[in-house]
Amino acid sequence: MGAPFGRLDWSATPFDDFLRNPSLNEAVSSGAALTVVLGAAATLWLLTRHHLWGPLWRDWLTSPDHKRIGIMYVVLAGVMFLRGVLEGAVMRTHQVSALNGGILSPDHYAQLFSTHGTIMIFFVATPLVTGLINFAVPLQIGARDMAFPVLNQVSLGLTASGAGLVMLSLVLGQFGTGGWTMYPPFTGATFSPGPGVDYWIWAVGLSGIGSTLAGMNIAVTIYKLRAPGMTFLRMPMFTWTALCTAIMMVYAFPAVTASTAMLALDRVAGFHFFTNDLGGNMMQYANIFWMFGHPEVYIVVLPAFGVYSEISATFAAKRLYGYNSLVIATMAIAVVSFAVWLHHFFTMGQNGRINAAFGIATMVIAVPTGVKVYDWMATLFRGRVRITVPIIYLTGFFILFVFGGLTGVILANPAINYQLHNSQFVVAHFHNVLVPGTLFGMFAGIHYWFPKAFGFRLDEKLARRTALLWVAGFCLAFLPLYWLGLMGMPRRAASYDNPAFQPAMWLAFGGAAILVAALASLIHTFWASARNRAALACPLGDPWDGRSLEWATSAPPPPYNFWAIPSVRALDPFTLEKAEGTPYAEADAYEDVDMPRHTALGMIVAVAGGALGLAMVWWIWWLAVLSGAAIVGAVVLRAFATNTHETIPAAEVAAAHRRFLAAIRTARAIGRDDEMLPANRGLADPAVPA
Amino acid sequence: MSHRAHPGLNLGAAQGDAGSRTEKTVFGFWVFLMSDMITFGILFGHYVVMQRARAGGPGPETLFDLRSVALQTGLLLTSSFTYGLASLGLKHAGTARAVLPWLAVTAALGAGFLALELRDFASMASRGGVPQRSGYLSALWVLVGLHGLHVTMGLFWMAVMAALIAVQGLTDRVKTRLLLLGLYWHFLDLIWIGILSVVFLGGMA
Repeated sequence: MGAPFGRLDWSATPFDDFLRNPSLNEAVSSGAALTVVLGAAATLWLLTRHHLWGPLWRDWLTSPDHKRIGIMYVVLAGVMFLRGVLEGAVMRTHQVSALNGGILSPDHYAQLFSTHGTIMIFFVATPLVTGLINFAVPLQIGARDMAFPVLNQVSLGLTASGAGLVMLSLVLGQFGTGGWTMYPPFTGATFSPGPGVDYWIWAVGLSGIGSTLAGMNIAVTIYKLRAPGMTFLRMPMFTWTALCTAIMMVYAFPAVTASTAMLALDRVAGFHFFTNDLGGNMMQYANIFWMFGHPEVYIVVLPAFGVYSEISATFAAKRLYGYNSLVIATMAIAVVSFAVWLHHFFTMGQNGRINAAFGIATMVIAVPTGVKVYDWMATLFRGRVRITVPIIYLTGFFILFVFGGLTGVILANPAINYQLHNSQFVVAHFHNVLVPGTLFGMFAGIHYWFPKAFGFRLDEKLARRTALLWVAGFCLAFLPLYWLGLMGMPRRAASYDNPAFQPAMWLAFGGAAILVAALASLIHTFWASARNRAALACPLGDPWDGRSLEWATSAPPPPYNFWAIPSVRALDPFTLEKAEGTPYAEADAYEDVDMPRHTALGMIVAVAGGALGLAMVWWIWWLAVLSGAAIVGAVVLRAFATNTHETIPAAEVAAAHRRFLAAIRTARAIGRDDEMLPANRGLADPAVPA
Repeated sequence: MSHRAHPGLNLGAAQGDAGSRTEKTVFGFWVFLMSDMITFGILFGHYVVMQRARAGGPGPETLFDLRSVALQTGLLLTSSFTYGLASLGLKHAGTARAVLPWLAVTAALGAGFLALELRDFASMASRGGVPQRSGYLSALWVLVGLHGLHVTMGLFWMAVMAALIAVQGLTDRVKTRLLLLGLYWHFLDLIWIGILSVVFLGGMA
């Protein structure tokens, strides 16, 4: 290995290919690379110009505060979501031109569907879920922070370094072309010798370890840090789904870590786990990957179910219907989801009995899911429902998700699966569950908790426009694919020769255009709301007449969340207090609050982890050793740190609480039906019975 | 809260809420071990599936040296016992003098295990049993190697703990970490028993 930068040189960028061969295909890849470079440069310039480096470092990047880490997870997911949606739009544009050809090269198209899937699953859905859980769960259970705040930083750092690698693959070299699952032997060294698959391996490997650690942290937080009186069956439903998701993360993510590590050994060290020759067995990859992959689907959808539970109760001003059945259903889904992985490859050679067992297990999952849908509907039934933005997402979810679930039951039948496998029907199905399930749920959750995080509401009118665009765009962009699948169009095909596919392709293209408009509208919603934040402010923290503990504190909450740790007597403790006329009470005594100090450990892991990944992708061995040593060294040094906590004196906490209570006493309480008016400063009218 | 602290942990006379703080950390480490167990479980499963995938390469009968494996088992299990003695020293005496010597003995036994394991790997390689030879050998090397890597990490951790004790003494945090290291070290025994039964004895049966 003589070269200092391994197999990396200037020919790795797409720009020289464009100069040699200025086609539309090359223009798209060069344009994408340029967007990454310019976007990064613009961000750096803006930070410098507005002198924001200091605040960014002090208040955010080194903060162990779960609320800030949660927000950073969501921002990371947002950046990756931009790329994921735009890639989807580029693919649809290609597809309408793909009758006997198309504007992109087949290889470029394959990279697009591979990065689109990888990004949407690992760097959008997973960090959105982790971020929302991070933000909301400690507040919901009356805790001051997560169980391991610094480990939380490390988890975020590992996820961010993986995301950075995926972004870098646009500029340096190319991404793999094996789809988001990267099945060998195609992705082995023989057939994919370049760095593309290695980008995937290291991005997924690093972020997978981050997610495993995040899952442990969330589970321990919920098991050990609940406020006094909060028994398991008094936990908010979102916290329940977070617990199930966390347990699944702990059990499922090691499988993907193992499968990516084994694939890496095959590629770099010449092992024979999944190769064609010398006893390798690619079926083992399919098994191990999907032992992770299927639970992952529920990892990202269960917290969305949690959000739907919270918003249906809050915006119907009614106790959640069938709480216990929802808890049981959530646990049932979490358990059964580990026993269905084989339905991803019914056609790959098992005998009929095995297929039947996994097919039945798959259909069984529809039962607890159905229980949930009925529970939410029963919650809305005879409630005083306000048609707010989260309820719009919920409505879209009700209709579309049930549809997607039913096509899932169709696919779960092995005999039918043989017909539909690898067709556009499958693409339609999983977008049909993941978009209205996870994505709409996360949008609803962001809208719901945004005022808690930032102290002002999102503009309801603009957010309503955004929500309707997402729902409409989704229907048009994905429902026609069922039809295409039934006509026999395979998924992941770069071109086709049947003109009958064209009308549906154009419909889907129209849908993609609406989705891009929805994305623009989403950004506009955030932008316009931030500019208008004075009129939308709700510093008193309870803009929706909320039911759980997080609404009892200010918006944004103090760094330690609660001035005094609440004690809990029932489900929906804040609603109970409001009904009894005892919210916002001064505590009998205040205690010193012990909070973790800021530390750079998470950032060191992020940077060194990214460097390690880059080094392994490009075979820059000295950098790999250096960055690996940096991570180990930082962790060991951290073990020697003693001054890791700071104490906020009780008097200071008490004074802050009294200031908040004084603001509450002088504020005007607002009834639920007026919650969209500027007069809503976050104090709900207790005279309106829940 | 002290009744919920780990019985093997002596947090000192004026314990305060140190016990309940420990509870969170110890529970978190148990969760980590469960997750690690899944990783090993996957590799065990993979090994069993790949047992016949030898592609004409060497198998257990030509590669394994059961005498060396028995010796390794003895060393590792004894090291767990000596770590137990360190834990007892931590609980009853609570002094560095009662802990450090047993920590050193444990590390020496662990290093002996590792040296024998490396020798076996080298001897397997010299007889053509390299992981690049067959799917079976890839599975074997990664399963046994991952355990060896864990033992190496454990030795490194012991060195760090010795340095921590030297610098900070037996503070509550150091004690808690010694407890975690103990869980980790005993956990590696458990995995090794699995490897002994499935890989070595199972392979020769």
